[in-house]
Amino acid sequence: MTIALYASVFLVATCGLIYELVAGALASYLLGDTVLQFSTVIGAYLFAMGVGSWLSRFVGKGLTARFVQVEILVGVVGGFSSTVLFLAFAHAASFRVLLYLIVFIVGALVGLEIPLMMRILKDRLDFKDLVSQVLTMDYIGALFASVLFPLLLVPRLGLLNTALLFGLLNIGVAAATLHLFRDSIHERAGLRASCAAAAVALVLGLAFSGRIASKAEGDMYADEVIFSKSSAYQRIVLTRWKDDWRLFLNGNLQFSTMDEYRYHEALVHPALSAHVAPRRALILGGGDGLAAREVLRDKRVETLTLVDLDPMMTRLFTTHAELSKLNGGSLRDPRITVINADAYRWLEKNETPFDVVIVDFPDPSNYAVGKLYTTAFYRLLRRRLAPGGLIAVQSTSPLFARTTFWTVVATMEAAGFDARPYHAYVPSFGEWGYVIGATAPYRVPSKFPPGLRYLTPEIARGMFDFPADMARVPCEANRLDTQVLVQHYEREWARINHGG
Amino acid sequence: MGSHQPRGLTRREFIGGAVAAAAFAACRTERGIPGELLGPNHALGHKLREGKFDLPSSTERVPVVIVGGGAAGLSAGWKLLRSGFGDFVVLDLEARAGGNAAWDENAVSRYPWGAHYLPVPGPHARAVRELLRELKVITGEAKGRPVYDESVLCHAPEERLFLHGRWQDGLYPRLGASAADLAERDRFHAAMSSFRRRVGRDGRPAFVIPMEHSSRDPELLALDALSMSAWLDKNGYRSPGLRWYVEYACRDDFGGTLAEVSAWAGIHYFAARGEGADDEMLVWPEGNGFLVGRLAETLGRRLRTGALAFDVRHDADGVRVDYYDAGTGTTKRLLAKRAVVCAPRFAARRIVEPLREKKPTSSAFSYSPWAVANLTVSDPPAGLGAAPAWDNVIYGGEGLGYVDATHQSFAQNRRESVWTYYRPLTGDPEGRRRAAYETSLADWREQCLADLERALPGLRRRVTRLDAWVWGHGMVLPKPGFIWGSERREAALPLGPIHFAHSDLSGYSIFEEANDRGVRAAEAVLAALGKPHRSSL
Repeated sequence: MTIALYASVFLVATCGLIYELVAGALASYLLGDTVLQFSTVIGAYLFAMGVGSWLSRFVGKGLTARFVQVEILVGVVGGFSSTVLFLAFAHAASFRVLLYLIVFIVGALVGLEIPLMMRILKDRLDFKDLVSQVLTMDYIGALFASVLFPLLLVPRLGLLNTALLFGLLNIGVAAATLHLFRDSIHERAGLRASCAAAAVALVLGLAFSGRIASKAEGDMYADEVIFSKSSAYQRIVLTRWKDDWRLFLNGNLQFSTMDEYRYHEALVHPALSAHVAPRRALILGGGDGLAAREVLRDKRVETLTLVDLDPMMTRLFTTHAELSKLNGGSLRDPRITVINADAYRWLEKNETPFDVVIVDFPDPSNYAVGKLYTTAFYRLLRRRLAPGGLIAVQSTSPLFARTTFWTVVATMEAAGFDARPYHAYVPSFGEWGYVIGATAPYRVPSKFPPGLRYLTPEIARGMFDFPADMARVPCEANRLDTQVLVQHYEREWARINHGG
Repeated sequence: MGSHQPRGLTRREFIGGAVAAAAFAACRTERGIPGELLGPNHALGHKLREGKFDLPSSTERVPVVIVGGGAAGLSAGWKLLRSGFGDFVVLDLEARAGGNAAWDENAVSRYPWGAHYLPVPGPHARAVRELLRELKVITGEAKGRPVYDESVLCHAPEERLFLHGRWQDGLYPRLGASAADLAERDRFHAAMSSFRRRVGRDGRPAFVIPMEHSSRDPELLALDALSMSAWLDKNGYRSPGLRWYVEYACRDDFGGTLAEVSAWAGIHYFAARGEGADDEMLVWPEGNGFLVGRLAETLGRRLRTGALAFDVRHDADGVRVDYYDAGTGTTKRLLAKRAVVCAPRFAARRIVEPLREKKPTSSAFSYSPWAVANLTVSDPPAGLGAAPAWDNVIYGGEGLGYVDATHQSFAQNRRESVWTYYRPLTGDPEGRRRAAYETSLADWREQCLADLERALPGLRRRVTRLDAWVWGHGMVLPKPGFIWGSERREAALPLGPIHFAHSDLSGYSIFEEANDRGVRAAEAVLAALGKPHRSSL
């Protein structure tokens, strides 16, 4: 009996803390701001436990049966808490309400457990032993859960499975109690049936949690997911709503067909059209073929080389009927050569000169990508330019990440380029920045290829003016041995994303 | 701070028990990680101790013979060549020359087995700067200072430290440091700065690399009589974090603890290197294997590998060098005007006849053994906290942490890395050396993984290969009294036509000193042969 008591208090305490940790972790994952989420979830949970303890006084007759019911309820509500929250996240308006509601229910039920248990056992043990043993196991269970959770459960099982598994343990405690106290419980049959039903539901939940997670991913995006696949390098997700196609790489929006022409026209033509004879062009990144579409608009371009890391991206945008329509079949154009390689390493080996290079890398959000925004990289690029050559670099937002943007400018200058920063408004991105690196005096083009929807010589001239809120700030060049850019980027975008 | 280690252990034990109890994670099978136990050429080394060699089957005349193809020997050859003198050979017993800068490569990366970085050389290391200009590591000059090829400077982030369950930037243990700890750290750095600027009464700077340029001011040399721990005690440095940090430096550069290393050497580590922008490191995937590799290339066929010199002695008109050629299994004789013995002292005493005759029973030259492991890691884990760096150190760890050979790579989404784990075997060198030779690969593997898994739990599941290497005489140990003692000074003097060059003649084992000793000996040889040359010293 004593062993059973220890075991059940220990399990109940472990489960209770696990649900609290699951809710806190899930809220931090989905909403960000870990400190806030954990504090409020823990606070609400502890308060609800207090409410549960207080409510326990209203439980009168049939104590053991009530305890079994509470266990079943905790098992079901707690067990499914993470699944429900995960699925509900896409409907963010009600998410916080649901989060605290679930936290409160689970907390209140867990708050009922220990008082009920102590009352059930009060006639079988000395009061001082009872209190000491129950509370000891309670606290040990809490320690066990808090250590197990970050080190084993989250990495191995994930949040969905962890909650479901501990739900099953609660049901186990209910079943064990039913068995041990079989003589003092009247409504045994009904409780047994509920136990079994709850266990079946939780086991099914475990079996299908993989599918639930991917359904939840679908709900993370506003529109219908029409393609989602992980390549060796990234997770590629395409969504579509009417005519609006959107590409997400690792969850970051790459383009929306509603306004991508603005981004790509602004990226390509101010540099390309400024060159007197851009025969050989190079695109680094840009596996979607949209920048290539813009480059190929210019009939003076004889050869275009596109170097992108991910073969799945370039294949998708070459062969997929709908997607290759977006880039106008640019990746199948006779003038293009597509190469899947690491840009830096490819540039190091390939010594053929280019007239214009379009650099369309992901934002410098980690140290590996950050290396592609350094003086070393721009110097290498400069060595690959034919006399009079130009480069154009996408360089994040001068409005949201002002120091980041101007650091790119300073870096290109330090590498010997005449750097000409400019910006364009792309609704789905906001105010976006680019830098042209010239090796000869640069003049804004007075003529662009036909068929553009955004850029005109007048618009282009205006792009080179920076209003006061985006004006240059003093900053040092980004070097391999300092990588200041990544630090600026992290700081500035963290500010935007957390609204602080 | 002191409670950090035991607490980590209890927690792990507790989780271990919990795992068993919960019967989770039963899938964790201990599959064997392939690997090999390596080391300097033991077969040839053993042959030398046995001393059984045939009589020479051939005799060759060559004006200069360099015995030993580590950093010192290769630098000596390099200096001779640069001075327009190409009539020499370099003998090295390994299949690939390079000494302590040994390296290798696999499908993922090149990686070091020993010395793995070169701090940006100061103005006194002229020969090193000349070499770096020749190798295009120095690409030019701006404002009177050398400009380095950016891709060879250690990319950010340079180093991180694991303590209190997470990684922090930099090596000084900042997490959990009290105001008093930080004040002590600042006081220490201020003291080192003032040593850095200090000029002795003889007008020379106090602490310089190469050490020959350092001041001989008795007040400064007196520091050599003290151990670093005694100096810290004397100056009231008690913060455990600071003492750990300083000891880390001593273990890293000298292979010794605070108590084993002299205060002059300990301070020299901090005061002889630059501050701020001058405190940068040059790193290559294969470590200093890059430098010795390029030096070896310039020597071409003058470098003979698999060549074990076992007898160097005066001859009627110069030096006679007998060596065993592992390629043909025969003994060969070289008759030279001059020889430069670029072997560590303990080996020189076995092969150079005048030294062998003396047979001193004890020597001030003492060497710390090292164990090094190279791990091929797939999907390298990053751990909690600061992003992975080039040098990743674990507070209170047995080893020095690991260095990532692929850190300088420009590849995006690297899925595999090679990590080099370094571990100086501090304590009684003789006992440690014997124990090290008796330790099995499985034990080294377990020790290395256990040490790293303190910071990166579950690492072993991602390790696809682990080789270990034992350096029985890894580094000369600058014990109190050694650097400025008489035995070291006298060992650096030539014995007639036989010159000596090795970093241990400087008292500590770094590339710059090996280079300085090699160049110094080469210039002495050139002078003796009456060849004009421009000094690099």
